[in-house]
Amino acid sequence: MTPQEISDKLKTQFPDSILEIKIEGVVDPYIKVAPEYLKDISVYLRDNVDLQFDYLMCLSGMDYGKGTLGVVYNIFSMKKKHKVNLKIEVPKDKAEVPSVALVWQTANWHEREAYDLVGIKFLDHPDLRRIMMPDDWEGHPLQKDYKVPELYQGMKVPY
Amino acid sequence: MTELPTTQTKTSTGRSVRTEEMVLNMGPQHPSTHGVLRLELVVDGEIVIDVIPHIGYLHRCFEKHAEKMTNYQQVIPYVDRMDYCAAMNMDFGYVLAVEKLLGIKVPERVEYIRVIMAELQRIASHLIAAGTYGLDIGAFTPFLYMFRDRERILDLFEMTCGARLLYNYMWIGGLSHDLSPGFIDKAKDFCKYFRPKIKEYNDLLSYNEIFIKRTANVGVLPADVAIAYACSGPVLRGSGVNFDLRRDDPYSIYHRFEWEPQVGMGEMGKVGDCWDRYMVRIREMEQSTNIVEQALNQIPDGEVTSAIPKRIRPNPGDVYVRTESARGEIGFYVVSDGSGSPYRVKGRSPCFVNLSVIPEISRGHMIADIVAIAGSLDIVLGEVDR
Amino acid sequence: MEQLLRNILDHDIFVYGVMAIVPLVWIIPYALVVIYLERKVSAHMQDRLGPMRTGGWHGWAQTIADMLKLLQKEDIIPSAADRKLHTLAPYLMFIGAYTVYAVIPFSSSYVGSNINIGLFYIIAVSSITVVAILMAGWSSNNKWSLFGAMRSVAQIVSYEIPTVLAILAVVMIAGTLNLQEINQMQTGWFWNWFIFKKFPFIFVAFVIYFVASLAETNRTPFDIPEAESELVAGYITEYSGMKFAMFMLAEFVNMFAVSAIAATIFFGGWNSPFGGFLSGPIWGVFWFLTKGMFFVFIQMWLRWTLPRLRVDQLMYVSWKVLTPWAFACIIGVGLWMML
Repeated sequence: MTPQEISDKLKTQFPDSILEIKIEGVVDPYIKVAPEYLKDISVYLRDNVDLQFDYLMCLSGMDYGKGTLGVVYNIFSMKKKHKVNLKIEVPKDKAEVPSVALVWQTANWHEREAYDLVGIKFLDHPDLRRIMMPDDWEGHPLQKDYKVPELYQGMKVPY
Repeated sequence: MTELPTTQTKTSTGRSVRTEEMVLNMGPQHPSTHGVLRLELVVDGEIVIDVIPHIGYLHRCFEKHAEKMTNYQQVIPYVDRMDYCAAMNMDFGYVLAVEKLLGIKVPERVEYIRVIMAELQRIASHLIAAGTYGLDIGAFTPFLYMFRDRERILDLFEMTCGARLLYNYMWIGGLSHDLSPGFIDKAKDFCKYFRPKIKEYNDLLSYNEIFIKRTANVGVLPADVAIAYACSGPVLRGSGVNFDLRRDDPYSIYHRFEWEPQVGMGEMGKVGDCWDRYMVRIREMEQSTNIVEQALNQIPDGEVTSAIPKRIRPNPGDVYVRTESARGEIGFYVVSDGSGSPYRVKGRSPCFVNLSVIPEISRGHMIADIVAIAGSLDIVLGEVDR
Repeated sequence: MEQLLRNILDHDIFVYGVMAIVPLVWIIPYALVVIYLERKVSAHMQDRLGPMRTGGWHGWAQTIADMLKLLQKEDIIPSAADRKLHTLAPYLMFIGAYTVYAVIPFSSSYVGSNINIGLFYIIAVSSITVVAILMAGWSSNNKWSLFGAMRSVAQIVSYEIPTVLAILAVVMIAGTLNLQEINQMQTGWFWNWFIFKKFPFIFVAFVIYFVASLAETNRTPFDIPEAESELVAGYITEYSGMKFAMFMLAEFVNMFAVSAIAATIFFGGWNSPFGGFLSGPIWGVFWFLTKGMFFVFIQMWLRWTLPRLRVDQLMYVSWKVLTPWAFACIIGVGLWMML
């Protein structure tokens, strides 16, 4: 299915959740959705007979600057061999996104990484703890305004 | 069994462990975890009840570094150091992503050389994977034979770009150096030399009775679990899923060559066991040799640096491009904000995703099997942690 | 030999003291040479060269250099370890390996102690290594060492059964447990050796004995207790310096002991394969050592070729494969002798 067909199908199924659809003029077409509907949209994408998006290729946490964080989902269908990209934006002071770890099990570790490095909290995640940084680290390194702490457990941090 | 008082032992996820179970740490420093990986094993005698992987010991946050670079080309050495055993594949993925973002096309000669280098790198990486896997299982000799052959490939790389392990060879829009005179003949000699060696490895290791007993029916990964956990590369193909990015999500000029993706068929046990994953790698080496020979015969003349842009300033936007590295699907999600330096570069590493499947497939096995399973997933910590 | 010593020295205690040290005259140079040989043999099997520099020609002084290095290393004992057991374990291991040499005849005129229950003594005494390994693993206060020790105990105890049964097959045709007499029965050309008698039963008994002895000495494919790639170094992890050297020495001494027993009871011991030609007390020593070293070489060859078995597979091989076959050999030999 072409990106236009996929986004039309989604729009008919979830009319109020689609915030933006961009297909022309970009290298990779994407669909921006509202965070509250993410769980339902993911289940629909995975289980619908025509779509069958069963392979979550990549889940990236983003810091868009200007006080917003975001998540980008690149999803692929092994059977139909088509792709879709979803984007989500949340404000930085209330960065909560529903977790899709129970929809695509691979999202478990990806979401832990997004939480660890960008600071987005995933609701209903089975095991949300830091994955790359030490468990008691403060701060989220990939945020644009991140300041390297002076000391960590008594050791000097800046090299 | 009478109720025994609970002990103080708690795993790092907070699960409290009864007295019959022991928490064993296959620590960051261990000969078989292929790097600084910590596997927390909850064992009952020799049987493993749970495996909790802890990563991040090699985390260098190259993604933060990439944002500070003044030029997209400067990110390429960082990308090399992600999977240091298959650096050419990493380069390939990243430059394809940025070239797609820029919308530029590279000359034909560059395409052919890139494919040759990527496939030679795949052979070298699988030699490490198979050799160290034999070492984990206890067979010391195939490791040295495979490294002897890997030296020849590294000689070829050194002839071209001067480096044996971390190349910085593929640049955005082209390559850093053209092939040396004599490379093509030496590479053809290597292909002729290497084919009988695969038979030697099969005789010594693959069909060895003890090796089969250690790896068949161990760590069985069903196909649906593999897809749900987004495994890729030999791990996915070993579970019987006939999916190879070079054929199914095509990039570069792979469609011009005749080769077959190798799939695990459960010859020695269930489909998706460690032996299948290992054998997929051995057979892939032969297919890569085919591709290299065909490419060497068809390679055209031309320039390799003519399309390299002087200033790389893509339009604002993002792209996700994935290629088939030796260990699986390496994807780069590159976001540009219109300036000369990248806004965000995310490396989706195959080993990071493949490693997440370890708790699923290792319950109920013994400690010795954990070593076999971790070896068959072929992880390189540089890529897992980035 | 014993007569000679009694003539020279007055008290029995001196005689016995000297006889106890005589096998050391072989063991010490053997250990130096065999460690070097293992490195060279393994290197050539792996398409590389091995030590080449220390001492000049092909690195012959490598083992001496290693010994000197280990001797002057600091002896580290973990603070939470049990000091007495930790110190005692390596020496006990060496004792377990070395006491076997008391009854092995090196030549027709030299055997440390010509007792009538030689083979029985060997089997009994070589189990001291089990205690030593368990001491080493437990006293290190390290979970990995304990794992290695437990696995090793299970392995050695299980593999003693096929060993004993295979030896029993030989005892049945020899009619005696005395090793010197067993050797004297095999005098003549090589077809007098026990391995060719009651063919194929004694041959199968030899194969069973050899495989089981690989497990007794913790060599690959049965080297789970010291599996380098799993348990770091198993029960030897927390040892350094001279104690580590002691463990290594004990392993090599054990290897030769097991090869020597195989050579003695199956292959004629100090007998020359050509009957009267090239035989005599001094030639006997030469033949005996050659046969022993040949089996040591085969043990090395197997180590560098085969992967290692998992613990449960190891137990399976011992109890369900070797033991039934050993019983079959005994029954075969017994029936043959009766009919």
